[in-house]
Amino acid sequence: MILARIVGTVVATRKDPRLVSNKLLLVRPVDPSGTVDGGYLVAIDTVDAGVGETVLVVSGSSARMAAGLKDTPVDAAIVGIVDAVETDETSEP
Amino acid sequence: MQLARVIGTVVVTPKDGNLHGVTLLLIQPIAPSRTPVGKPLVAADSVGAGVGEEVFFVRGKEASFPFHPVDVPVDAGIVGVVDAIDT
Amino acid sequence: MLLARVVGNVVATQKNRTFEGAKLLLVQPLTEHDAPRGPVLLAIDGVGAGIDEKVLIVVEGRAAAEVLGRPLAPVDAAIVGIVDRVDLG
Repeated sequence: MILARIVGTVVATRKDPRLVSNKLLLVRPVDPSGTVDGGYLVAIDTVDAGVGETVLVVSGSSARMAAGLKDTPVDAAIVGIVDAVETDETSEP
Repeated sequence: MQLARVIGTVVVTPKDGNLHGVTLLLIQPIAPSRTPVGKPLVAADSVGAGVGEEVFFVRGKEASFPFHPVDVPVDAGIVGVVDAIDT
Repeated sequence: MLLARVVGNVVATQKNRTFEGAKLLLVQPLTEHDAPRGPVLLAIDGVGAGIDEKVLIVVEGRAAAEVLGRPLAPVDAAIVGIVDRVDLG
């Protein structure tokens, strides 16, 4: 999984019918200190996250194991809102 | 699988049906020489790894297998703690 | 599958129980010209490969679990052969 920040939302009126019940959010990966670090991806929301929040994103076929997403054509899903990230500073790269 | 060092912990707001009860650790993939390789990622822990330890992790759907029969939506999972690396 | 060279091994007592008895080898994937390609991986050894040998590895979960013979094993890489020779056209 990666840490990511919600930077926007995606509106798509015409889409696969299985994507109707969940929001599509624009996210960007962040490093452990919270700095944006990488290109965007669009992830389906399963936890009612909001713009600006730091979240956990799961990718690949595992995304379809998130609540309510069985057989949904997605490859990235938001599966948690991050409360805290604690690092052992001596072993940070 | 790939080698990694556990560099921290991640706590998420508990939500039913997703990662409830799953320990999430921040890991930095490493080469056998211990040089960092690529960016840190978050992995589910099923072996009781601790911060600072060297571990190995699996990617993809296989990461959910240790939690079977519960469906846990994870794409990286720590599956062992390294005692020694011989090269 | 990929070509790889065995560069070492890992000892781990605290691990998923489906790994019981399995040898864990460090392999460096290679290009067809023997140059390193991507990071060193840890693979289940299914053929008794030795350090420095050139091997064939699978890097997909279900195939790797076949090598272990344990269907729900959380593995994503395994050695499935020892390479005798690679001939390029």
